[in-house]
Amino acid sequence: MATEILMPALSPTMEEGTLAKWLVKEGDTVSSGDIMAEIETDKATMEFEAVDEGIIGKILIAEGTEGVKVNTAIAVLLEEGEDASAVPTSAPVEAPAPSESPVEVAGGEIPWPLKPAEVAIAATLEPDWPEGTAMKQQTVREALRDGMAEEMRRDDTVFLMGEEVAEYQGAYKISQGMLDEFGDKRVIDTPITEHGFAGIGVGAAFGGLRPIVEFMTFNFAMQAIDHIINSAAKTLYMSGGQMGAPMVFRGPNGAAARVGAQHSQDYAAWYMQVPGLKVVMPYSASDAKGLMKTAIRDDNPVIFLENEILYGKTFDVPDLEDYTVPFGKARIWREGTDVTIVSFGIGMTYALEAADKLAEDGISAEVIDLRTLRPMDTASIINSVMKTNRCVTVEEGWPQGSVGSYISSVIMQEAFDYLDAPVITCTGKDVPMPYAANLEKHALITTDEVVAAVKQVTYR
Amino acid sequence: MAARKATSKPAAAKPNVSAEELTAYYKDMLLIRRFEEKAGQLYGMGLIGGFCHLYIGQEAVVVGLEAAAKEGDKRITSYRDHGHMLACGMDPNGVMAELTGREGGYSKGKGGSMHMFSKEKHFYGGHGIVAAQVPLGAGLAFADKYKGNDNVTFTYFGDGAANQGQVYEAYNMAELWNLPCVFVIENNQYAMGTSTKRSTHSPSYWERGAAYGIKGEEVDGMDVLAVKAAGEKAVEVCRAGKGPYILEIKTYRYRGHSMSDPAKYRTREEVQKMRDERDPIEAVRSMLLTGKHATEDDLKAIDKEIKEVVNASAEFAKESPEPALDELWTDIYA
Repeated sequence: MATEILMPALSPTMEEGTLAKWLVKEGDTVSSGDIMAEIETDKATMEFEAVDEGIIGKILIAEGTEGVKVNTAIAVLLEEGEDASAVPTSAPVEAPAPSESPVEVAGGEIPWPLKPAEVAIAATLEPDWPEGTAMKQQTVREALRDGMAEEMRRDDTVFLMGEEVAEYQGAYKISQGMLDEFGDKRVIDTPITEHGFAGIGVGAAFGGLRPIVEFMTFNFAMQAIDHIINSAAKTLYMSGGQMGAPMVFRGPNGAAARVGAQHSQDYAAWYMQVPGLKVVMPYSASDAKGLMKTAIRDDNPVIFLENEILYGKTFDVPDLEDYTVPFGKARIWREGTDVTIVSFGIGMTYALEAADKLAEDGISAEVIDLRTLRPMDTASIINSVMKTNRCVTVEEGWPQGSVGSYISSVIMQEAFDYLDAPVITCTGKDVPMPYAANLEKHALITTDEVVAAVKQVTYR
Repeated sequence: MAARKATSKPAAAKPNVSAEELTAYYKDMLLIRRFEEKAGQLYGMGLIGGFCHLYIGQEAVVVGLEAAAKEGDKRITSYRDHGHMLACGMDPNGVMAELTGREGGYSKGKGGSMHMFSKEKHFYGGHGIVAAQVPLGAGLAFADKYKGNDNVTFTYFGDGAANQGQVYEAYNMAELWNLPCVFVIENNQYAMGTSTKRSTHSPSYWERGAAYGIKGEEVDGMDVLAVKAAGEKAVEVCRAGKGPYILEIKTYRYRGHSMSDPAKYRTREEVQKMRDERDPIEAVRSMLLTGKHATEDDLKAIDKEIKEVVNASAEFAKESPEPALDELWTDIYA
């Protein structure tokens, strides 16, 4: 059967081109792979190959013709014994356009969700453990280790890899004792090669394991960020749900003390932006433990942002056999009526100190610890702002594109009419971290700045 | 080291291969070639968008290595991935429908040419970032070693990817931890438009493994039987727990890097010479005929059968509906 040879699209953006030169003539026999013509696209001159075998029956577009639309018939290919004159030529075939479903905009509402529905559980003042539960005092460091160790006892596909996690017992002693308990098959020292071992971790997760990848600090994870985002976060989507990376990337994040610009960056806002990742940034020891256990059990890649200064801080931790904290549920640390202070991770230190100071001045602050940044419990923020009508966010990261910026935009869109003052986002200063002690102190957010921000929004 | 080199001339009939096997390789390679030609045609018609990297010319690499694989073995590669998927038994309809971005595609139309996966066939993608699949492949091998089975992972990458740092990070750990991973360097001599001569002074890629203690060899990638033989050797090393192995397979892509590459960095004569003298499919075809394993008519029947499969995949890919708009929001989280 005679077939039409159509003007091809030869680049992602080509709509028309010039038929520069025919390399075959009527009556020539062609077979698959033979070059038939040269076609000029918007970018280059391309060779156009035959796909089917046959005889060139008729050339419909002469060489030198410009502006030939994609999918116009340019020649007729005959099978042996066919006659060119019998072939009717058709109009250009329209390239298929993506189907456009009309989007109805009713009542001025945005017709699509800004993000997929996330399950949020309303935050409460009550803790995540049953009343009467015995408590023990633990540092964040111990709580993180216990969380990992309990999950490793529970599921033998969970393993820990990273620099100095095994024999050295952890650069920050988070994995202390774990090599002894679990052996070198499951607590694995890696060479200093973040890009490589993050990729191996993601591959192991594709292969059915549940890796915990420790970065000595999240600053070094920038070497591995391609695997975190392109390989771990996107694969479930790109595979149509067939496979993903159930794993945890963890380590200290943000400023420690006097370690300079390259070792002092808060990545909360970076990772929070990525669909496919979950992002956790605990403050207290009980949350560090409960969220770590949830992170390891989660079927998605989880970014678990710890903080070196918090490692040694002691908190009450429930003495329960299996204590977990759900993602997407903020914790209300302090109830108040005049202002909502929203923070997470080490930012909570400033938020709680500021609330104490403000109380002395008769200002009642409600303090919310987000605990997870993705999914984020924005419902609890909105509920609180509807009560207090004012909001200040607190974080150590940089101001432009901060976590606070996002919270502020959510409040504007969902509770604008409840606001009695603009939201103030308290952040670290817009500078690389300096080394000098006095400068470093000024580069970070301070309690006094939080107090001042609250006084500004409460017009005191 | 030269002693490791595999023979490069396709023998008229090799004793270690049956007529059935040879016919199967012919069919598998022809399926890839016809499929890719059809994909190129659909791209020209605007039915396939974006980037589309064809495998034409390199067919013997995947078909030869799949002949050395067993059930449970895994494979992972770059964005030039259609051949790998067909060779490991994925359905041409599902692959073509992914190329056209339709619901019937392997990723429901959400991945495209460069991002396709099949859990069932142990095909782990389809990766668009050059060399990212190398540590990922080592990680898949890590998982099998951890679980204590004897599966092997074939980790494919090109001569372009072979210059990325993460390849050597992966080599180092793969050897350190004895991972059952066959690193397959598909050296088609061009990283997009940059020839190997212009990108490295290393005389060969496989020899770089020696720096990490990994054995390897160079293989003639236009000879499916040479590839199969090298694959069997590599797999044996890995299954025996003796760590990774590197195969540098010398091959050639006939088409441009992607559909929009005019390939001006090499001469038409160079491509034509390769097609005329070293075509991997023609080589097997001639073995089948000279060995009297098949007649011209037998081969014509195979050609027809393949053409029907490919045409059916194109029809399926055209008729399968676009994904429902709700699919935008699914598969982000498990």
